[in-house]
Amino acid sequence: MRFGVVVFPGSNCDHDCYYVLKNVLGQDVSFVWHKETLLEKFDGIVLPGGFSYGDYLRTGAVARFSPIMEEISRYVRGGGSVLGICNGFQILLECGLLPGAMLPNSNLKFICKNVHLRVENTLSNFTHNFREGEVLKMPIAHAEGNYYVDKETLKGLEDRGQIVFRYCTPDGEVVSSANPNGSVENIAGICDQRGRVLGMMPHPERCAEGILGGVDGRKIFESWLQTVK
Amino acid sequence: MLAKIYITLKDGILDPPGKTVQQALTSLGYANVEDVRIGKYVLVRFKNGERTDLEDQTRQMCEKLLANPVIESFSFEIVENPEREK
Repeated sequence: MRFGVVVFPGSNCDHDCYYVLKNVLGQDVSFVWHKETLLEKFDGIVLPGGFSYGDYLRTGAVARFSPIMEEISRYVRGGGSVLGICNGFQILLECGLLPGAMLPNSNLKFICKNVHLRVENTLSNFTHNFREGEVLKMPIAHAEGNYYVDKETLKGLEDRGQIVFRYCTPDGEVVSSANPNGSVENIAGICDQRGRVLGMMPHPERCAEGILGGVDGRKIFESWLQTVK
Repeated sequence: MLAKIYITLKDGILDPPGKTVQQALTSLGYANVEDVRIGKYVLVRFKNGERTDLEDQTRQMCEKLLANPVIESFSFEIVENPEREK
């Protein structure tokens, strides 16, 4: 399988994603500079975390207009699969490939810690290896992960099973005390209607090997490998 | 010509920095402060152009890039004699 990791000025999790796909999972991976306008034949594309364009104006707002993004929209329309992590999720929201927007964390702090996630959708490309309700431990590292979406769109997301992860307690309870950033309905990750585009604030690439303290993130990449063609 | 653009969070959307400043103002003794919303103020200076065209252009800039319509609303004014604004 062949994967592309897009690099924007200010991306800083690109090498981690490359490493997991290449060294941990043995896949063929290339970096894709944001000025590229054509994607080679890839089975999946990662929009990595970081601070693209210094987060100026709004997170992801400027990256959205990078030349590669038009090609990525075309890639998605043609059935391509995209994983947006942290800043990658923010970019997916800004360019409209996923609905909603990010607000500053409700406590106004940059939060860097492990959180627990409840798997709500096991039909997406990224989560079919999980049980519904399974609890994962994964790090978050962001200042703007307070996901907002209007009530009507939220209902649509819920009805169509597009909510993939919610912040929860270690026992899997989705309660406000387990919500690190004020996200509506504890949402940590959502996917498109076909389950081929996933945006998530937690960092699966930072917990894909035992030496890093956990392997829950690796399962997301493994699910992805098994489903993208 | 100069566009003065004001971008704020839409009504009903929680504004954590605004809330924090509101609490700070209240604790300073301004007991009548009901709400604070924090936004962005963007100045765009144009090389040339007619007012009506610049209004259209500014609106498009806001819709495409400067404001996120999911969470933000915007307003602007086009001002002449930008030298006086310096």
